Amino acid sequence: MSGERVVVVGTSTGGLAAMQVLLPALAEDFPWPVVLLQHRSKEPGSELCKYLRRYCRRNVSEPEDKEPIMAGGVYLAPRDYHLLVERGHFALSTEAPVYFARPSIDVLFESAADAYGAGVVGVVLTGANGDGARGLARIKAAGGVAVVQDPSTARAPEMPRAAIEAANVDRVLPLPEIAPFLNGLGREAAR
Amino acid sequence: MAESRPRGEEEQLEDIEVGLLLEGVFRYYGADFRDYAPASLRRRIRESMQREGVETVSGLQAKLLHDPACLERFLHTLSINVTAMFRDPSFYLAFRTKVVPLLRTYPFVRVWHAGCSTGEEVYSMAILLQEEGLYPRCRIYATDMNPVVLRKAREGIFPLAAMQEYTGNYMKAGGRGFFSDYYTAQYEHVIFKPSLRENLVFSEHNLVTDGSFNEFHVILCRNVMIYFNKTLQRRVHNLIYDSLVMFGVFGVGNKESLRFTPREAHYDELDAENRLYRKVR
Repeated sequence: MSGERVVVVGTSTGGLAAMQVLLPALAEDFPWPVVLLQHRSKEPGSELCKYLRRYCRRNVSEPEDKEPIMAGGVYLAPRDYHLLVERGHFALSTEAPVYFARPSIDVLFESAADAYGAGVVGVVLTGANGDGARGLARIKAAGGVAVVQDPSTARAPEMPRAAIEAANVDRVLPLPEIAPFLNGLGREAAR
Repeated sequence: MAESRPRGEEEQLEDIEVGLLLEGVFRYYGADFRDYAPASLRRRIRESMQREGVETVSGLQAKLLHDPACLERFLHTLSINVTAMFRDPSFYLAFRTKVVPLLRTYPFVRVWHAGCSTGEEVYSMAILLQEEGLYPRCRIYATDMNPVVLRKAREGIFPLAAMQEYTGNYMKAGGRGFFSDYYTAQYEHVIFKPSLRENLVFSEHNLVTDGSFNEFHVILCRNVMIYFNKTLQRRVHNLIYDSLVMFGVFGVGNKESLRFTPREAHYDELDAENRLYRKVR
């Protein structure tokens, strides 16, 4: 039932380095789509997507509006839009930034919880603000799984801390243990 | 950890409530949001619930149906999208280099800016066409479904604080002059020069329910259809195709494309990166 699940990952300050640890450690046969949201400038010219591809065994792409969410896909939220998840595909929006962020982690996480309910795994990594906390709480309320990077191992601990405070999280893990944990969930489900 | 259950009963109940609310608003007021993209629609419904102080979607529905002022606020929430002048400067740069030469071949140019919101991108296009010497023979029809944002667009008054960003965008978009020459600042706002407004026609038009109203050489519909579901997107793609002259130009937002749309085969890419297309059959 891999089509029923989705992993959403939110990060801000320090996120690039964190994703360099997380992405290569994801199993090659990881069964679910992974959606990455790194707070980013709205200015064009960033090669973030190309950069992340170097660390990931799968192709990383920025989804277009209504692009289908594929089981093997790794997706990066594009700049200057909110990225939302609907049942089976992505949707974009130019609604106002939420707490100065567009893309906003809360917007992504809340839409994922709406569309996939208990099928969502939400991950909050390093970051210097409170984005993602509300969204992670919504994921938990819908029966999903919440994972947060151990703040003491995060370059910027504010975002993980806010998430732990807001949501009844399932796991607080040092960064290197997050991908193995996700791999384990994937293997469990495949059985 | 919970067993994977696809979606809980609560979410399913809310789906039903949202469906009923949209149906009610359509049948009573004729405002049709039934084919809007569900995720952002739900965000805005929640935003409205919070503002109106109601706990459930059904509560919002009751208030909407019994209080027209509440509907006004709801319509406003649904139609506000935040844009900028010369949003995606490279789009305007591509328009200058690839579309303007085509437009020079016409004695008169009609541009339709569908879903213009508060008008930032309309004034951007007016400036571009003026700098290219084409504006006197252009008419830009700027439409939106919401009369409130149209009124703002018509006034051409924008916050002064935004001008620094817009100036940067203008320069990256290939601007030929000084951006500040196009507006007059007063207190915290700027008003754009009346000469820019001369060939702008603002009017109400709803892409969901209204039909084609003219034939255009250029149609811009950027980041508007992202709020529609695929059914409604198909309708609008057909409407735009029918409203475009042969060899007319169609521009969409930079994360939208014509892939998987009914009219994909009828356009050539004029600039793939900047999502500019040309109707060729």
